[in-house]
Amino acid sequence: MSTTTQLGAASGETQQTSLASPLPALIELQGLSVQFGNREILRSLTASLRGRSIGLLGPNGAGKSTLINTLLGFYKSSAGSARVFGYDIGRDVRKIRGLVGYMPENDAFISKMSAVSFVQMMGELSGLPPDMALERAHEALFYVGLAEARYRQLGTYSLGMKQLAKLAQAIVHGPKLLILDEPTNGLDPSARQRMIRMVREIRDGKEMRIVLCSHLLRDVEDTCDEVLILKQGRIAHYSNLDEERRANKRFLELETYGANGDFTEAIEKLGCECAVTANRMKMILADGVETRDIFRLAAERQVRIRRMNFRRDSLEDIFLKAMES
Amino acid sequence: MAIYRRSYKPYSGTLTPAWSRCFVLFCYSRRNLFRSKFMTALFVICFFYPVLCLSLIYLAHSVSFLQQLGVPSGVISIDNKFFFNFMTVQGVFAFLLTAFAGPGLISPDLANGALPLYFCRPFSRADYVLGKSSVLAILLSQITWVPGLILFIMQASLAGAGWTWNHLWIAGSLVLSSFLWIAILSLLAMALSAWVKWRIVAGALLLAVMFFGAGFAQAINAVLRTESGQFFNVAYLMGTVWNGLFQVDAEHAIPVAQACIALLVYCAICLGLLMRKVRAYEVVR
Repeated sequence: MSTTTQLGAASGETQQTSLASPLPALIELQGLSVQFGNREILRSLTASLRGRSIGLLGPNGAGKSTLINTLLGFYKSSAGSARVFGYDIGRDVRKIRGLVGYMPENDAFISKMSAVSFVQMMGELSGLPPDMALERAHEALFYVGLAEARYRQLGTYSLGMKQLAKLAQAIVHGPKLLILDEPTNGLDPSARQRMIRMVREIRDGKEMRIVLCSHLLRDVEDTCDEVLILKQGRIAHYSNLDEERRANKRFLELETYGANGDFTEAIEKLGCECAVTANRMKMILADGVETRDIFRLAAERQVRIRRMNFRRDSLEDIFLKAMES
Repeated sequence: MAIYRRSYKPYSGTLTPAWSRCFVLFCYSRRNLFRSKFMTALFVICFFYPVLCLSLIYLAHSVSFLQQLGVPSGVISIDNKFFFNFMTVQGVFAFLLTAFAGPGLISPDLANGALPLYFCRPFSRADYVLGKSSVLAILLSQITWVPGLILFIMQASLAGAGWTWNHLWIAGSLVLSSFLWIAILSLLAMALSAWVKWRIVAGALLLAVMFFGAGFAQAINAVLRTESGQFFNVAYLMGTVWNGLFQVDAEHAIPVAQACIALLVYCAICLGLLMRKVRAYEVVR
């Protein structure tokens, strides 16, 4: 099934991206603007986001957190509208909040509470009955890896543990959408890996959809299948990472020894586009052509292939292009 | 199945009604409050005077016992002044209890940035303020109008229908004066703690508002040769209203109606400050 996503910047510029996704729209932005005093933080954002896991990327101050806070009803929009699961952020904010689990960027906890009580209370505030909230608080804390420390006061937790506790409170009530604002902020590499693994697990569980806001490209690349790049409150780029990955698989880079015009000609006869520089070849594989065909041609012409890799247009490239645009 | 064997699963059970969720905050906050031994001790001490009053009411109707003690039977008089004194003493205890318990209700949430966690759920700012203020409201009710009404019922049962009918208005005064005092104390404590975000400072500020407010009022009165300075003295305003409600003869610098309006204005200011500060994120313009 093919769907269309429209993205527009404040100038009214509209670009169309074709997405292959069967999921219903998660977030729909229609000219959404947010203004604090005279400062315009978000400028006429228009997009329809449908991915299972959506990354919000952008440099500091691009408006990522403001967008999340506006979707949660913390900030009022100055123009335009937005919908989450089809609910309007102005009228149905309570319904939206009932479907969302939110992990804020900054420290957010109650210092003189144990993690179990804290997560249980958050579950009860989301509407779980007390006994169920307690049971699920234990489950959530086991799930995020705080089982041993769950009776300790939150004030005594390390930064990484506080992040995990925030994640536990965000998932305790089984939300349909999990919003993670800089989940790996301040984490050491191993804690970051654990957090990313958990986010991937949640994504692959398919019970929740995820919006992950980060300025770290690796985090988004590792966990998201769609990415919305913001720059100075505008949408700078929108991309379906899954499609990009699939498309980029067709780019092939070869380092050869003994290759001559005959080898290049043979490859081009398969319908591939080739560019040759010294002993390196870059090609775009044609439909139906596989790497084994290249190996076969090389063997027939006694060309040695020293290195072969798929040249990927990484998220970093996409991001840099978006920033330059 | 054991907890540690379970993996994460979505919740598909029933949800509690939205209106009941502010009681969640009430339960957790009250539980936290009574973890302090000092708080528990102070709360117990608050019941000493009501017990003393209860004994006095009993004694006032035990003529033979008073005669044995050699005390004239009319020396203990249970009237509006008796209940006014009860309210004054319990009002002081209510203030002490608020100074200790009030600032700790909101300031830790603000200091630790916990408000976004509350408000990202189907839980409004009004629910939050209601849940937190209900802790103080119920706590202070337990030491003001509830024992006050028990004393009134005790006196009514011993004095008979005639006394009850003639003094029924005292019950109303007890409830009304308590409500006003509870409202002003709760809102003041929560607004100050939301403003400074620091429990100890908020407690000190509450004491300052009461004591320095009285001093400031006197200073204004002395400098401007007026009585209007008393509008800055919350305790004086409350005392004026109580005098009016309990029909105790006393000279007032400010009419009761004006004192009442001034207290309501204080409540509105506190509520405004509270609603301004209790937000998921403060907007920096």
